[in-house]
Amino acid sequence: MASSNDSISKTIIVAVALCLVCSIFVAGAAVGLKPIQQENRDLDRKRNILAAAQMLQPGENIDEVFANVEKRLVNVSEGRFATEEELAQAGVTVDAYNQQAAAKDPALSVSLSGDQDPASIKRRANFATVYVVKDENADARIILPVHGYGLWSTMYGFMALEGDFSTVVGFGFYQQAETPGLGGEVDNPAWKALWEGKEVYNEQGDAVIALAKGAVDPNDPQASHKVDGLSGATLTSRGVTNLVQYWLGEDGFGPFLAKLRSEGV
Amino acid sequence: MSDVKKVLFGPILSNNPIALQILGICSALAVTSSLSVSLVMSIALTLVTAFSNLFIAVIRSHIPNSIRIIVQMIIIASLVIVVDQVLKAFAFEISKQLSVFVGLIITNCIVMGRAEAYAMKNGPAMSFLDGIGNGLGYSAMLIIVGFFRELLGAGKLFGVPVLETVQNGGWYQPNGLMLLPPSAFFVIGLVIWALRAYKKEQVEEPEFTIAKNSRSQEAL
Repeated sequence: MASSNDSISKTIIVAVALCLVCSIFVAGAAVGLKPIQQENRDLDRKRNILAAAQMLQPGENIDEVFANVEKRLVNVSEGRFATEEELAQAGVTVDAYNQQAAAKDPALSVSLSGDQDPASIKRRANFATVYVVKDENADARIILPVHGYGLWSTMYGFMALEGDFSTVVGFGFYQQAETPGLGGEVDNPAWKALWEGKEVYNEQGDAVIALAKGAVDPNDPQASHKVDGLSGATLTSRGVTNLVQYWLGEDGFGPFLAKLRSEGV
Repeated sequence: MSDVKKVLFGPILSNNPIALQILGICSALAVTSSLSVSLVMSIALTLVTAFSNLFIAVIRSHIPNSIRIIVQMIIIASLVIVVDQVLKAFAFEISKQLSVFVGLIITNCIVMGRAEAYAMKNGPAMSFLDGIGNGLGYSAMLIIVGFFRELLGAGKLFGVPVLETVQNGGWYQPNGLMLLPPSAFFVIGLVIWALRAYKKEQVEEPEFTIAKNSRSQEAL
């Protein structure tokens, strides 16, 4: 018995059969559970959008509150809302548009290289999904998607800005796989609360907001542009700084926000 | 009957995989900052250990010796992926907190150890129970550590405030260290101490004796 088990043909048969059975098993679970997972992800995304905008009270129905938020697409390189002709030409609709998927599609994105790409995202979608808050009395007016590379993973998050399009209402990541306990502290509510009220732009209109090394000195004249760094997570902190400066800077939403500031939503 | 009992409950006190064999420490440090996450991780690991033991025991007489570790890994890895997918579908919030640690069950020494040491030599039913038993031993440790870390670190149990913290206007000053992974070392160390004081046979023979201090004159 033992010797026949170790023959080459038996070894190959066992290996192939086992791989087949296991792959059917794994693929079945992945495909079968996909719709439920997708639903969870959508709900989680809405929750994170509302949480960034500080619009969510515990116990409220997420879909109801989300009705106050309008999804719109922005033409990033032109710095304005995308026109209907543009979208029709590119073959996308506002409802179905998925920025993460579009960033991988050569027809819908531009390739970034070297110093154009501080956030290490490699490709940037031509159109970005932004969320405009319809309620005039709400603190947040616009919620912008940002993403970039940390230490291990691409971190995806939302930043909500007030009506002056510079003051941060809230900031948070909804997808990241940084080291739990170190870089993973980007999800810590106490750290996220530090972003509230920070100014993204300086007087020259440059996106200067950054994570400090250690705690921010309150007497620093630049303190309103700085957030405490994450201890033990230098590379994640650097990643957060890079991605925020990239997305709010000249190559990201900078021109778009400048236009909103002068012309209104 | 006593065999079943020994296989099922032995690993909790007398042969605990974490306290005696010192296996699976990595995840015991990482996921025990709150009780609910510890509990989900315990259930996940218990299921994976039990079913990997079961499947490996079923096919054990057909596994070629030359690829047996790979065969075990394939079965374990498939189970872990399925558990991960199920968690993402039905416990999304917790799966986000567990993040990479569900995937890391694949490399958890307890699962591999039981597959190689027990399931390769015993029948499917006993192997399944052995997996459950070792999962319970791991779970008991995780829940003890999670209990103390969440209670002392955040003043809560299962997210429900028990000790009113100073930040919320109460009296309890939370110990922030308990929320950080190293604190699990202290808790696990204290549990091992308590366990070995109770069950003296678990105390290991010292591997060497420390030599007496030499004086500087003698060294010359």
